[in-house]
Amino acid sequence: MPLYENGAFGPGVALVVALGIGFVFGFFLERGGLGSARKLAAQFYLTDLTVLKVMFTAIVTAMLGSFWLSRIGVLDLSQVYVPATYVLPQAVGGLVFGIGFVTGGLCPGTSCVAAATGRTDGAGVLLGMCAGIFVFGEFYTQLQGFYNATPLGEVTLPELLGVSRGAVVFAITFMALGAFHVAGRLERRASAGEA
Amino acid sequence: MRLARPYLNPYLAGVGIGLAMLGAFVVMGRGLGASGAFSTAVSVTVAAAAPAHAMDNAFYSGYAGHGVRSALSDWLVFEILGVTLGAVVSGWLAGRMRLTSERGPRMGGTQRLLLAFAGGTVMGFGAKLARGCTSGLALTGGALLAPGAWLFVAAAFASAYAVAPLVRRQWR
Repeated sequence: MPLYENGAFGPGVALVVALGIGFVFGFFLERGGLGSARKLAAQFYLTDLTVLKVMFTAIVTAMLGSFWLSRIGVLDLSQVYVPATYVLPQAVGGLVFGIGFVTGGLCPGTSCVAAATGRTDGAGVLLGMCAGIFVFGEFYTQLQGFYNATPLGEVTLPELLGVSRGAVVFAITFMALGAFHVAGRLERRASAGEA
Repeated sequence: MRLARPYLNPYLAGVGIGLAMLGAFVVMGRGLGASGAFSTAVSVTVAAAAPAHAMDNAFYSGYAGHGVRSALSDWLVFEILGVTLGAVVSGWLAGRMRLTSERGPRMGGTQRLLLAFAGGTVMGFGAKLARGCTSGLALTGGALLAPGAWLFVAAAFASAYAVAPLVRRQWR
């Protein structure tokens, strides 16, 4: 595995798979309250840390799952597409993204969930996002140099740091558990402040 | 009107999303995404309105591909359709489908929509610069240990916390 990469099915079936995987993704985003801009924004006022908990749990779940499936020989991780690293554009893009995220209160995926459940502000973020992509497209020629600067390729943290994959997986899991502990304390402090 | 049910425990919701992502790794050899689907939608629209302009531009032509039909049968476009369906089913089951805009009691509706649009614009631009958003870069790259994903998460959270006090009035 991965199945598709090894020719188990064609591009038509892949689209049905896309629909199914997206369905589960959207279902759990809504279940967790991530279709609510108010709840997402609260992450940045430290009154509700649902965003951090959901994000890090999702990352750790998929990270541990793929790590162990690869260890027992079920999944060939070299065939799973890793997002390429471009240091400067991703650092600056992240800074810009964060400003937009806290202003709109939603990210691209959660704005779909918000709009789908009737939130007009979600639709506003979606339209804005399309406008932002259009602006990027219009200035692509001018931005191209910076966009392609400082490429590291499809590298991973263990390759970059020269340590084993297991060590990085362990460190991230440990860091996530620490973040969950701190998140719980901050939420208790916030609710004590309100009462 | 039915009363909305409480949200699912965030850790359980995270496991659900993590399993969807793991499923994508195992079945497709790729992760989740969101902003990419809208890049396709924007590029297809530009290609339909001004074909020569779109074909001249490596960004649009990269997403629009060989024509409108092939681009819209893109994997991420179908995944986002699935996200929308999943959100509707979950929201409907929990009694959370409501036509409203989320804002504080002292925030005007139009003002909130303008902030949402402005935020979305800045975010869309940032996501393109970074080659991905919370789904395609932060979650997927985070789980696959891509350094750029963790850099993106750190930068996005840092600037969001820095700017947060300036936009807090929309929730008060």
